[in-house]
Amino acid sequence: MHIEIDEISKQFGATAALHPVSLAIPSGALVALLGPSGSGKTTLLRILGGLEYPTSGRVLFDGQDATGLTVQQRRAGFVFQSYALFRHMTVFDNIAYGLNARPRATRPQKAEIARRVTKLLDLIQLPDIGARYPSQLSGGQRQRVALARALAIEPRMLLLDEPFGALDAKVRKELRQGLRDIHDTTGLTTVFVTHDQDEAMELADVVVVMSMGRIEQIGKPQDIRARPATPFVREFISA
Amino acid sequence: MSDATFRPATEETPLARRILIGLAVTGLLILVFAPLVAVFVEALRDGIMASLESLASRDAWAAIKLTLTIAAISVPLNAIFGVAAAWFITKFDFRGKAFLITLIDLPFSVSPVVAGLCIVLTFGANSAMGAWLVDNGYPIVFAMPGIILATMFVTFPFVARELIPVMIEQGRAEEEAALTLGAGGWRVFWTVTLPNIRWALLYGVLLCNARAMGEFGAVAVVSGKIRGETATIPTTIEMLYQEYLSVAAFTLAAVLALLALVTLVLKTLLELRHADQLAATHRH
Repeated sequence: MHIEIDEISKQFGATAALHPVSLAIPSGALVALLGPSGSGKTTLLRILGGLEYPTSGRVLFDGQDATGLTVQQRRAGFVFQSYALFRHMTVFDNIAYGLNARPRATRPQKAEIARRVTKLLDLIQLPDIGARYPSQLSGGQRQRVALARALAIEPRMLLLDEPFGALDAKVRKELRQGLRDIHDTTGLTTVFVTHDQDEAMELADVVVVMSMGRIEQIGKPQDIRARPATPFVREFISA
Repeated sequence: MSDATFRPATEETPLARRILIGLAVTGLLILVFAPLVAVFVEALRDGIMASLESLASRDAWAAIKLTLTIAAISVPLNAIFGVAAAWFITKFDFRGKAFLITLIDLPFSVSPVVAGLCIVLTFGANSAMGAWLVDNGYPIVFAMPGIILATMFVTFPFVARELIPVMIEQGRAEEEAALTLGAGGWRVFWTVTLPNIRWALLYGVLLCNARAMGEFGAVAVVSGKIRGETATIPTTIEMLYQEYLSVAAFTLAAVLALLALVTLVLKTLLELRHADQLAATHRH
């Protein structure tokens, strides 16, 4: 799905989290929002997912105005920073949650839900953990379960907030490839937020560098490396 | 020598440990266990038959029924209000939040007698509203509605106070995740919020229930202590005691203590039954 961000701004009280920013994300792209904390990248992601409403500006999905759509109507697969798995449910029930939450008319049969959950567990290469609780999983397993849960609703796009932030360096490298594979298999338009420039440069097709609620530069990783547009970008990517 | 050398930094010496444990146990014996035993000893002083006879009196029976009815009405209502207040405070940002939290704590800082007087002044026959209510056949003061209001006022903070820290610690991420997965507000509440707070809620409800059954001051002012009609267990105990009917007074006191013990046993049973879930969710 093609996403267009048109002059979006966000005020929290007196402080501007986002000055008007515009950005076009082509269908099927894997985009990184890169910046230090307080740069507005997470706010922008939450606005895309419908968890936050912009103070002004529009969001367009495939050319249609989606600014007023509720979080449920957006159908965005969202992976939260600390994964936000439902701690009182098994992994199976976590992944099945979105399907069970559908209105009766479009809710799949029990057997069909089970089939889909099993398929997703295979996709994240953890076929045997359905009966476990989130507290019994490692950090990397939790992240993959969160990904499977987001994919279960057959989302129109995938939004990830610091998906590798809570992991140690080795697992981080493995899961980068995992996300890349899932993106390539599903073909979903994917936006992820990170403060780690290596991660952004290695994983994303397009990197959006942000600072202080503004977009500093948009470009392919190699272009940003070769021709940083502002002093901020130069300093940030060399850090 | 070596004992002292390898003791963890946070651990006391064996002597200090024994003294501290001894102090705690002694305090518990003197402050909790001895009075509880004394109540039962006094109640049974003239034999079990005398005690049972005093319970069989119409007034004692009416007091027990009234207290249970009051608890059965005010505890569920306060559970609902407490969950609503805690949910509102922890899941939304708004102006005046600190003020609202203070307001919830108000019953802790106001003497129950004062609370009772406030209800009498507001709804009593001397106020315009009270007179109108009495004329239309809905008396509040010296009747059940007044006792319920007084009990609810005094026990209001218990559930909310128990829930707010738990809900702050848990944050909003799980609710947000449920929303992105397509769940509506009610579904999120029943499937995510409520299961996550159920143990805190249970504790809050048990505390609230114990206090609701035991409340004396506010209820004494509001109810008028009419025997067989508006006298609850605590106010009846006081009246019997003033009349030197100590077997009857202590028997009723023993009943109140037993009701409290029953709630504790219920809690323990629930915990045993759901031990694995408790371990899985790291919550008690």
